[in-house]
Parts: sequence; C-alpha cells; structure tokens
Amino acid sequence: MNHAIRRVWIALTALFLICIGGLTYIQFFASQTLADNPMNKRQLYREFDLPRGAILVDGKSIAESVATDEGQFTYQRKYNNPEVYAHLTGFYSLANGSTHLESQLNGWLTGSSSDLLFDRLAAMFTGQESEGASVELTIDGRLQQTAYDLIPNDGTKATIIVTDVKTGAIKTMVTKPSYDPNQLAVHSTKKAADNLKKINATDGLSVYRNPAINDLVSPGSSFKILDTVAGIESGKYNKDTKLENPSKIKLPGTNTQLGNFDAGICSSRPNATLEFIFTQSCNTPFVNMSQDLGEGAFVDVTERFGFGQQLNIPLRVTPSEFPRDMEPSQLAMAVIGQFDTKATPLQMNMVAMGIANKGVIMQPNLIKKVIAPDLRIVDEPKPKAFSTATTPEVAAQVAELMKGPVESGTAMNTRVPGVDLRVKTGTAQIGNTGLVNSWITGFAPGDDPQYAITVNVERVPYDKGHNLAGALMKEMTKAVFAQ
Amino acid sequence: MTEVQTAPVSRRNLELLLLLLALAVGASAFYLVGVTTEATDVMVIVKQIGVLGVLGLIIHVLLRIFAKYADPVILPIAVALNALGLAMIYRIDMAKSTDQASRQLLWTVIAVLVAAVALWIIRDHRTLRRFTYISLAASLILLVLPMIPGLGVTINGARIWIHVGSYSMQPGELAKITLAVFFAAYLSSNRDLILMAGRKVGPLQLPRMRDMAPMVLAWLMSIGVLVVQRDLGSSILFFGMFIVMVYVATARISWVLIGFLLVVVGGVFAGSTMGHVTRRLNTWLNAFDPEVYQASGGSMQIVEGLFGMADGGLFGTGLGAGSPYRVPLANSDMIIASFGEEIGLIGVVAIVLLFMLLISRGLRTALGSRDAFGKLLATGLSVTLALQCVVIIGGVTRLIPLTGLATPFMAAGGSSLLANWIIVVILLLISHNARRPMDETATPTDVVATPSATHKAVKSS
Repeated sequence: MNHAIRRVWIALTALFLICIGGLTYIQFFASQTLADNPMNKRQLYREFDLPRGAILVDGKSIAESVATDEGQFTYQRKYNNPEVYAHLTGFYSLANGSTHLESQLNGWLTGSSSDLLFDRLAAMFTGQESEGASVELTIDGRLQQTAYDLIPNDGTKATIIVTDVKTGAIKTMVTKPSYDPNQLAVHSTKKAADNLKKINATDGLSVYRNPAINDLVSPGSSFKILDTVAGIESGKYNKDTKLENPSKIKLPGTNTQLGNFDAGICSSRPNATLEFIFTQSCNTPFVNMSQDLGEGAFVDVTERFGFGQQLNIPLRVTPSEFPRDMEPSQLAMAVIGQFDTKATPLQMNMVAMGIANKGVIMQPNLIKKVIAPDLRIVDEPKPKAFSTATTPEVAAQVAELMKGPVESGTAMNTRVPGVDLRVKTGTAQIGNTGLVNSWITGFAPGDDPQYAITVNVERVPYDKGHNLAGALMKEMTKAVFAQ
Repeated sequence: MTEVQTAPVSRRNLELLLLLLALAVGASAFYLVGVTTEATDVMVIVKQIGVLGVLGLIIHVLLRIFAKYADPVILPIAVALNALGLAMIYRIDMAKSTDQASRQLLWTVIAVLVAAVALWIIRDHRTLRRFTYISLAASLILLVLPMIPGLGVTINGARIWIHVGSYSMQPGELAKITLAVFFAAYLSSNRDLILMAGRKVGPLQLPRMRDMAPMVLAWLMSIGVLVVQRDLGSSILFFGMFIVMVYVATARISWVLIGFLLVVVGGVFAGSTMGHVTRRLNTWLNAFDPEVYQASGGSMQIVEGLFGMADGGLFGTGLGAGSPYRVPLANSDMIIASFGEEIGLIGVVAIVLLFMLLISRGLRTALGSRDAFGKLLATGLSVTLALQCVVIIGGVTRLIPLTGLATPFMAAGGSSLLANWIIVVILLLISHNARRPMDETATPTDVVATPSATHKAVKSS
C-alpha cells in the first residue's frame, strides 16, 4: 500500500506543480498580454478610484474630481460651466472612453506622465494616494463666456476663436451647439449610452469633434488673404496694381461662367486696384491671378500658413486641405476658397495670426501651465514659432489691405469705434443647397496687432450668415478690447 | 512497515511555535488590509485573530491531552490558511461594505468547535470503522438532502444547498468525509477478496463484479451528483477520491485506467449532451470571446479573475491595494485570484506550497499509519483536500473549466470550513496513532477497534 501512496503523492504533487505553472503563466508570462487586452478595464478602474487632476481656467476648475459615495467608484468627474467648455474638455467616462483634453492630458491628469515620476515615487514612500497634476488653460474665462453667450441658441452652428498673436495662446475657442459633459461622465454605462445617443442626435453636434479644430469647411473668400500673399510675393502685384475686373469670367478650359457676387459693388468697376477688389472681395481678378501664378505658388503659400501640417494644441488639429494637381478651372475655384479647399476655423485664425505677427505664426496652444499636487509648476510651455509664413514686408502690405473691408467693404458691419480692426470676410456656397458658410477672420489693433479673431457660421442662408458673422465679430472685438 | 522507528517524541511544543507563527502571518495580513483600506476598526482585527488563536489553542490543548504524538505541522497550516482566508474576506468586505468576515469567523468557531468535539469523541480513528455502512447511508442522505423540495435550493445553477433558518449549507461537503470513511472501511475489509478473485484480461486483473457492488454504487452516486445536482466540482472530487482509494487498496493500475476511461466517457457524454456542461465548456474554451464574456453566467468571472491576477504580477498590488472585488465571488470561488492579484505570484505560490505541505503531511500520515483503514482514510481525506485545491486553482487559471469548489479553509462558506476542519482532526488522530510509541498499542483505546483491525494491520505491514 505504501508504494501506491507514494505514487499518489507524486501524482498530486505533479498536479500542484501544474497549477503553479498555470499561475506563473498568467501572473508572469502572460501578464502583459492580459493587461493589453481591450476587455481589460483595470487600468481605467484604477484611474476612477484616484483623484484626477483638475482642468483650470483663470484658476477656477472647469473639470474636477469630486469624492462620491454613489456608485462603485471613489470619484466622480464634474464639469463646471459645462456647455461653455465642452468642446475643449471633452468628457472622461467609463462607458465611452475619454475625449479631447480629458484624453489628451490624461498623462498629466492621472499623474502617470513621466515628468511626474518623482511625485509618484514620493507618494509611494509616504503611503499617500497618488494624485494627478492640474492643468491651467490659456483660455480667458470672461471672453469664453462672452463668446458662448453671443452665439444664438436657435440651433445655428457657429464657432468663435480668439488667439494672442504674439504668443499663440488661445484665449477663446467656442462652438455652439454644445452639450453637457456631465451627462456622459456618469458611471452608469447605461445612462451614459442613453445620454450619448441624445446628444449625438442634435444637428451639427458630435461629442468626438471640436468644430474649431476638426471641422473642415470651405473658407470661401477669406482664402483671398492667401491669394494676396502669393500675389505680392511674386512681385507682380501690390495694392495699387490695376486689374481687370469683369463681372463674369469663363472658367479656363470650360464653358462654366463664374461671376462676382451680385450683391457686391464689384460690377461697378471693370478695372480696379487690388485694394478695391480685396475690399469688395471680387472673384474674377483672383481667377486671373490663379492662372497667372499657377498652382505651385498657392501650394507653397498654404503650406507655410499651416495647410496640410500636423498640429497639436495639444488637441490634434485636423490638417486643412489645399488640393493638388488641379485642372486650371479647378485651380480657379480653389483660390476663391471653393472646390476642394477646406480649412478648419483655427487654420483661418492662424492665417490672420501670421499676417498680424509680421509673417510669423506662433504655435497655437491651450496649455498655460501644469501644476503638480504640491503646487509646483511642472510644465509651462514657452511661446514658440509654428512657421514663418511670409516676410514682414508682405505681411505688412496684406495687413494694410485688410483695413479695406472694415472701412468700406464687405465687413463694414464689424466696425468698432476706436479699434483698428483688420479682417477678410468669406462666403462659401455649399453645393446647390442655397446655404453658405460665413467667415470673418482678422486681427486688431492694426498698428500693434495683439489678437486674431475668427468667426465661422456654418450652413446658414447668405443674409443670416453675413449679418450674424459680422455681429459676432463686432461684439467679440468689443469684448476683447474692453478689458 | 518499512520505516525505521525512532523513539517517538511529542512535537507539541513545535506545534505551538508554528501555531504562533501562523497567527502572526494572519495578523500581518489583517494589519496590511487594515492599513491600506484605511479600516478604522482595529477591534475587528483583534477579534478575528484573537478568536482564531483561541480556537487553535483549544485544538492544540486537546491534542496534548488525547493525541500528543500527532503531526505538528497540520494544525498550524490549517490555522494559517484559515487566517489568510478571513483576512481576504475582510478585505473584500471593506471594498463592498459587506460583513462576510464576521459570518466566516462564526463558521470558523462552529467548525473548529465541532472538530474539537469530534476529536474528543473519536480519540482513535479506528472507531470510525464501526460505521462503515452507516457512513454510506449518511453519504446518501447528505447528497439527497438538497433535492428535497422546500429544503434544497438552487444557487448558481447547482442544487447542492439546503436552507436551515437563515443559513444555507452544502451537505455534500460533509459527504466527502462519510464517503472516505466508507471507502476506507470497505476497502480495508475487502481488499483481499478484490485482489485475489476475478479474471485476468491481458495485463489487467479485473475484480469480480459482486465484490465491487458497493463501490459501483458509490461511483453511480458521484455521477448522479453531476447529472442531477449539476455540480461538476463535487463530482470530480468524489470520483477522484474513489479511484485513488481503490488504487491504494489494490495497487492495481488497472483501476486507475478504468477510472480514467470512465471519466473520459462520462466527460464526453456530459459535454455533448448536457446543456449546462456544454455551456461551461464553451465558456472555458472561448472565454475571451466578447459575446461569451457578456453572456449571463458567461466568462466574465474567469476573465476578470485572470485580468486581476495579471494585474498582480510577480509581487502583487499589496493587500488591500488591488481591486479583486471586481471579480464576482471574489471571496469564495475566486479567492485564489484575489490572492494572486494582491500578494502576487510569489504570495499565491506560497499558499499553494502550504496546501502541498498539508497534503504531504496527510499522505505521510497514511504512510506511517499502522492499519489499512488508517492508511486508506488518511489517503482519501488528503486526496479530497488536494483535489479541491487543484480543481479550483486549475479552474481559476483556466487550465480546466471553472467549477464551484471551495478553496479549503480560505473560501467564504461554512460547510466547506466545517468539513475541512473535521478532516484535519481525523488526520491528526491518524497521525497520532501512526507516530505514538509501539508499546502503547495495547492501551484500552484499541479495544474499541474491531477485532480484525490488529489482524489487518499486521497483514498490511
């Protein structure tokens, strides 16, 4: 019997060793694979049980973690003044992941960033809960609120951006319609899903896109700033250059007629200076200019101003598009901001920034500073140049031209007494819908530019777009320079 | 007996030392849980470890009086495992705001006191031989109890529970012991017949059917458990114990082969025809399929357990610092995964080694036992302990399909605790009998043994 008992012992020991083998496989060899499994939410759970850093504007939190007794997690993410900041903060949720700054700044907010290694080690030794860092934004709370309040609540989709042209700091970035991220940050997966469905049903609203940096919209005539840069750079054009200004022109190589805008006063002058046609936003001279300079010149200028470039502010900005290898007729349409020319509102703001800041575009940026839990500043991005878009001389000439629309042209409705505002308007027709995208992008003050302001109203009838964009630009300019 | 007999010494002082060590391990575990989860109630820890300490000492003192030559390692290991289990249950309580730990402590008190009384009454394990067929009947009754309408309840798909007042019990846990007693007694009495009679087919010696009738009955019983009560774990346990005990009694490998054959046939049959077994197999094989994961009663439990253990890695998150409570049944079926997560591979392997040591001591007891009944009983009981561990650890690590077996001494659940503590005292009594001085064999305690016991013991030497 003892012989059999010994064999039983050997067999059982073997079984135990197999178990130890299984444990070793899971906890050692396969642990990384299991951790990376998309179904594994442990990392996320851990985050939800730790205090997450706040996102601050003017020292006040717009997103913060508050301790909660409800639900299965220790903390609940709370958004203050949620609609005003929704497109910036995004949301932080268990059910739908996280978006925008909540996603982009995750390393800082959770404290897992390598720059916070020391803090983590310290927390480990002192036995404290590790806390995330807080991030202060460059946004000016008052301007942001003003911009949000300016946009009507009738479902119109409009975006307003204000940037500091000397530092690239983004002072305002607002789009309506907006939503309440608190609705999506609820811990209940079911509630979050229901709320998400409701929000996404709103016309023109997606929680995954910040229209200011992710919507690609035809820039229309606001693109003519870039045409003008290309023209002046070529040496063939200046503000006084006389140009043919027919009221209709046949697109090269086609029978399609393109005309100047009916409501404008372009048709009053069959020949006009560049200054006049810029001020009145006439189309036909720019069509001629496009054939004169060729595609290459425009590709070159648009690239220097940021088209097709990767940009993170640190939110990822969708690169704007200027088409390549076009037929002459397509080029003619592309240079008046139609055809496949597509730009984000931020891109058109950067165009104004470049002209305003003597041809140098500062890197647009949302982050003022990162503050560790012990209030030490761990990161404070310095202003840096994004690109040298053109020469100071060319910039100065274009800046001068941009005075026209406000004084006597398409943007007279934006005039603010006492502020030397320089702008270019744009109206892009959307197919045959009868609707347009209305733009105004510009900067002020003219003698020492400080802020670039851009307004975009999407998919509205022409009159409404023109009037609303003008009104928004005017009121925003007032607000900016009232401080 | 092949072992050289040295002068037997009582190792009770060593046991006391190890007992204190075991309590220190438990207290440390509680302390870590308390510190990390910021549990403010220090009295809970004092109460838990204090009560467990008193219980350990009661058994220790009883051993000093009634079984002073008993193995000194078995009791401390059981106490250590029980303490660790209480600590983990307390830790899960902290996360879930439940109070399972107090309940488990109460069950521990009941289990150890019942075991103490059993120790005091039984004194000599050979007494149990007198209950051969009573054990069989008791086993049957215990297994059938949950099937009685009004008394039995179905929990998690298995009908193995009975409700008594506000408490639920798994009488099947106790059936492990009564069945082991029956097998041991029957086989030790009839092994000669089983061995000698019967035909030889090729290299295999087949026993006569009528000698095996009671064994076949027992085997049918374990299959019945699977089919009727849908309890795969217990079925494996009963069957494994049965095969091993027959093998030890007869030393015939043919039994093991026949047993395996029956397992394969039964397994294939159950896997292909029985809905709940098929589902369980699918859950096991396709655990990471999102659909299987999300299905009700799907692989969420096992997969979350695996994620938890992977999270723990080599060193673990630290007691109280992980999130094992996200795994359903983290304090019972999945308690090994909870340990894996919080004390890491190193810690959980240490626990497995404790089990291995406990079972090795049990089999060492079987080796040293002077009577066939004692050998078989010690083997059977050790094997049930071992199989429980292996089946549940194998299940949690996805080596085999997960079944609802309790991790001995650790998992929340009173019946298992009660059964395993009784197993411990029986093993202690057998070890005392094995290790005590030979000249004591003529003491009056032997008189209670059946007359044939001495005869058998000589024969088996």
